[in-house]
Amino acid sequence: MIEIKNLIKTYHDGKVETPVLKDINFSIEDGEFVAIMGRSGAGKSTLLYQISLLDHPSSGDIIIDGVNATDLSSDDRTKYRLHKLGYVFQDYALLPDLTALENVALPLIMQGKTTEHAYSVAKKALDRVNLGHRPGNLPSQLSGGEQQRVSVARAIAHKPKILFADEPTANLDTESSRVVIDLFKELHKEGQTIIMVTHEEEYGKMTERTIRLSDGKVVEDRKNR
Amino acid sequence: MSFVPIRVGFFLAIRQIKHASLWTTILIMFVMTLTFLNLVVINGVLVGLMQGAVTAEKNKYTGDLIISNLNQKAYIENTSGILNILNGLPQVSLLSGRYLAGGTVESGYKTKTRDSDVTESAGGVIAGIDPVKENNFSGIGGLMIEGSYLAPDDYDKILLGADLLYKYTPIDTPGLKNLKTAGVGSLVRLHIGSTTREVLIKGIVKSKVGELDQRIFMVDSQLRSIIGRDDLNLNEISVVLKPGVDPLFVKNILVKNGFDQGAKIQTYLEAQPKFLKDIAQTFSLLGNMLGSIGLVVASITIFIVIFVNAITRRKFIGILKGIGIDSRAIEYSYIFQSIFYALSGTGLGVLFLYGFLVPYVNAHPINFPFSDGIIYVTVAGTSIRVIILLITTVVAGYIPARIIVKRNTLDAILGR
Repeated sequence: MIEIKNLIKTYHDGKVETPVLKDINFSIEDGEFVAIMGRSGAGKSTLLYQISLLDHPSSGDIIIDGVNATDLSSDDRTKYRLHKLGYVFQDYALLPDLTALENVALPLIMQGKTTEHAYSVAKKALDRVNLGHRPGNLPSQLSGGEQQRVSVARAIAHKPKILFADEPTANLDTESSRVVIDLFKELHKEGQTIIMVTHEEEYGKMTERTIRLSDGKVVEDRKNR
Repeated sequence: MSFVPIRVGFFLAIRQIKHASLWTTILIMFVMTLTFLNLVVINGVLVGLMQGAVTAEKNKYTGDLIISNLNQKAYIENTSGILNILNGLPQVSLLSGRYLAGGTVESGYKTKTRDSDVTESAGGVIAGIDPVKENNFSGIGGLMIEGSYLAPDDYDKILLGADLLYKYTPIDTPGLKNLKTAGVGSLVRLHIGSTTREVLIKGIVKSKVGELDQRIFMVDSQLRSIIGRDDLNLNEISVVLKPGVDPLFVKNILVKNGFDQGAKIQTYLEAQPKFLKDIAQTFSLLGNMLGSIGLVVASITIFIVIFVNAITRRKFIGILKGIGIDSRAIEYSYIFQSIFYALSGTGLGVLFLYGFLVPYVNAHPINFPFSDGIIYVTVAGTSIRVIILLITTVVAGYIPARIIVKRNTLDAILGR
């Protein structure tokens, strides 16, 4: 379970303060598929970065399974991200020098698994996203949709507790977007907790719950079905 | 301590090197090779210049061991006893004995028309040699730059060291006298004590060993008759030992037999002029200083290369941290890249140095005015420089990687 309590994020630029998140409170149960939506500049990506431990909030608490993530040291946050969280970014965020298989295997190797075991698990993850036939391709040799599927494979290979996705379909055509969203739906059916930022209503509706932000505040929190 | 970050760092480094621009990699390796050569060769040439002089002194003059008369004595006492011992030692390979006397050589007296006309003269040590033995020892016959070498039956013929002729040593200072008009084929007067002989200059010797190039050589039997030496006591014995024999071992045998009471017994190192040792040390220091500048240049080069590499890959470093890759693993990846550049650069440098440069220069020494310079490098010295270069490169690669890795993860991912 994820609990967000009194979360505030303010950016400072010299003497200028820009509040982006203003006292956010909500909780997400295990296995939920949540869309964070809102207009551009509403603070949805910033909220995702705080919950996914990629950034530090100015104040407030992020409690994941009873652990207050804001109390963790930088090294512990890194370890937490490695073992418990998975990420899918808008621009795929694959490493250009690594093949699809290596991109997926890298976090597993960092977890201490042997290279053979990591490759075996990574291969299964690639199979899962229907890219098992292209393990040796570099990101530059894959289409945008394929790169995003590799990114999903990397995010799920180590069976994370929570999968975070930041505008995962923003750079994709309709067909590729659909494939990625279908993948998320499948994962959700298997019990995967997914928190996805999107500005596309169509994909937002496919999730279980929508949290809508406006001007740094939660203005809507509803179940989709 | 976990080895996982090292493993991941290596994993990343290999792939980054594999996919790096070929030309950039070649350029960096070339810079490292040149830096290594700068570090080793400059020092090697400077020390080798003096080493050439030291080697020439040993091969052409002292041998491994040189026995000479004590300062207060006119000759080596009990020369025959020393020769008997040396000839009986299996460690001894060659011997060459010399008789020495002080004297001058005078020219221009034939064209003198008045008593007030000044002739020219040059002073030096006159060495009476066995032409065959001396040639076997030093190869002096091959050091003739004009004329020809002495034959055992040559009479009233001499060889002049090049320093005694203005033509080869064009120095005109009040303290140094040399002959301006004499040359091969000239008749000159040789003054030894009260004896004067007219002799023919048969050849000119240039050995680049100061002691020899200031000498006048003639057949030993004639010098003995001129100086009235009716015994066989020599003034110098140069001893060449078989390869691998420590000169101190043979010296100690002679000392144990008491010969040091009547002769000065020195290894070639002990007999080296002090200025040679001083200059060798000075040049080594100079070489290290110049090499250090090269080292600084190399470390700055690596710093810039890694910094630019890390800056341009800032986003990917952010992604790595974002997906949970330990900062140390990312830093190690840059350290491994630095090590790769350092090792490949120095590896090429070592191959070039030992595979071509050193053998080539040994076969074709650099013709310096006072020595035949070689590149003096030792395995230990080269290893130390490789290690220094490696450490410098690792530090130069680690610092920029650390600077970039320490930056905020999210800012790096978003390119802020």
